[in-house]
Amino acid sequence: MLHIPCPYCGPRDETEFHYGAGANIFYPDPAIATDEEWSKFVFIRENPKGWHAERWVHSAGCRRWFNVWRNTITHEFGPTYKPFTEQPKRPV
Amino acid sequence: MATTTRRRSVELPEHPDFLWTARVTPKKVYDVIIIGGGGHGLSTAYYLAKNHGITNIAVLEKGWLAGGNMARNTTVIRSNYLWDESAGIYEHSLKLWENLEEEVGYEMFFSQRGVMSLAHSVSDLRAKARNYHANKINDIDSEWLTPEQVKEIAPIVNINPDVRYPVLGATYQPRGGIAKHDWVAWGYAKAAADMGVDIIQGCEVTGFDIRDGKVHGVKTNLGPIAAQKVGMVAAGHSSVLANLAGFDIPIQSRPLQALVSELLEQVHNTVIMSGMVHVYVSQAHKGELVMGAGTDAFNSYAQRGGFHVIEHQLAAAIELFPIFERAHLLRTWGGIVDISPDASPIIGHTPVDNLFINTGWGTGGFKATPASGWTMAHTIATGEPHELNAPFSLDRFITGHLIDEHGAAGVAH
Ligand SMILES: Cc1cc2nc3c(=O)[nH]c(=O)nc-3n(C[C@H](O)[C@H](O)[C@H](O)COP(=O)(O)OP(=O)(O)OC[C@H]3O[C@@H](n4cnc5c(N)ncnc54)[C@H](O)[C@@H]3O)c2cc1C
Ligand SMILES: [Zn+2]
Repeated sequence: MLHIPCPYCGPRDETEFHYGAGANIFYPDPAIATDEEWSKFVFIRENPKGWHAERWVHSAGCRRWFNVWRNTITHEFGPTYKPFTEQPKRPV
Repeated sequence: MATTTRRRSVELPEHPDFLWTARVTPKKVYDVIIIGGGGHGLSTAYYLAKNHGITNIAVLEKGWLAGGNMARNTTVIRSNYLWDESAGIYEHSLKLWENLEEEVGYEMFFSQRGVMSLAHSVSDLRAKARNYHANKINDIDSEWLTPEQVKEIAPIVNINPDVRYPVLGATYQPRGGIAKHDWVAWGYAKAAADMGVDIIQGCEVTGFDIRDGKVHGVKTNLGPIAAQKVGMVAAGHSSVLANLAGFDIPIQSRPLQALVSELLEQVHNTVIMSGMVHVYVSQAHKGELVMGAGTDAFNSYAQRGGFHVIEHQLAAAIELFPIFERAHLLRTWGGIVDISPDASPIIGHTPVDNLFINTGWGTGGFKATPASGWTMAHTIATGEPHELNAPFSLDRFITGHLIDEHGAAGVAH
């Protein structure tokens, strides 16, 4: 089970959270977006082998969303950051 | 106690030490390179040789043959999906299974013991009824079972109405069943190698030679290899390869776990799945109970998942099958599955000419091993998709022609 660092509450068990997939996905401008752009927004998410910026919600805790870097090979967590704040650099 | 055992387990026959010639150094040039030596890569190579007469093929496998999801799955085979497109490809697969052992000349323990899917709520019943009728229309064998009929086929199921998720009915596909996955891989590998296909283990593709929008070969840890055509059949690693070739695919890689119990007497001779309580169970030839559930929630390449997922599936199993209460868990493991947005595969062209992709089978591609290879081979050989895989194109995520199988795929494998 993952031990997830909620930036509001501190580290908690994975069972208190829900996963929100890739972070920093921005809504396209509906007035000008092409089919390809919509497809990218709706269906394409990064799927890296390594560090991944992703969203979690602490649903059985503070019930707040946050973003975090996590390594998809080791399951190690990197820095967390709150929505609409600057994304920390990809850990190495 | 031991003398009164009623065990009916079968002894597996011995097989030879070497089934195919392991070529260690790849040739410099091939007609076709297949990336990935899992079930689908091997069946693709086999049908390229068998159906299309192309034998100058290399299957490149970064690890060992069928060490990925092919060796980790729970081998449920069925074709009772919801939509016509899925009925087409999965039923073609089931028909191929029905002759496969004779065709490739290798035992695979294909056993049509039936697959049952339980319903536990009113909405579940409605969805299952819809699926049952869709199967009927597509000429796929499908039966509707009352709880009493469930009990007749599978006496160990608890059909008491006073449990949290009572059994209210079920669909049943008698032609569904299981096979021994590694024997399937070995059978395809042997038959392909006999026709001249090179199977190269320990060969990882690390890049592509792409010029003017067209693939000319691959880069590997064993050096560059040229080819006229390349097929990516890498399951959980498909995104990594697509990114190396310069494009994105709508795939997320997630852990999917399974487990087995110790060897037990044969008590369960069909396959039972419950999407709602999240578990499915069969009993292997030797006697171990084989169980699985849903994926872990997050992206991963680690080939392991959380124990709480196992705990959840065992709680469900014990409510449905009280007889399992004291069985011991022997082993759990995980594979990395390639989840697509509509729970359907992607087989066909990529933005790069002569580079083809086969991915997105997620939690349920073992059953499709024959048809996946059949249609992929057709696509590579002719340059155009077979009518069975044409709907499963990568560009359906732009056109919007999705084939939504979440209801029929879900936890059900
Ligand atoms: C726990 C579990 C239970 C499952 N249960 C069922 C079930 O009951 N029924 C069902 O129908 N399906 C089931 N599945 C799904 C099924 O196993 C897969 O859909 C199917 O095996 C995928 O195709 P494959 O066999 O070719 O994949 P794999 O065996 O994973 O083959 C892909 C291969 O590509 C290789 N590869 C990757 N990258 C590279 C590279 N760069 N260079 C060279 N080689 C590379 C990998 O090493 C791997 O061997 C299950 C899966 C899991 C994990
Ligand atoms: Zn919190």
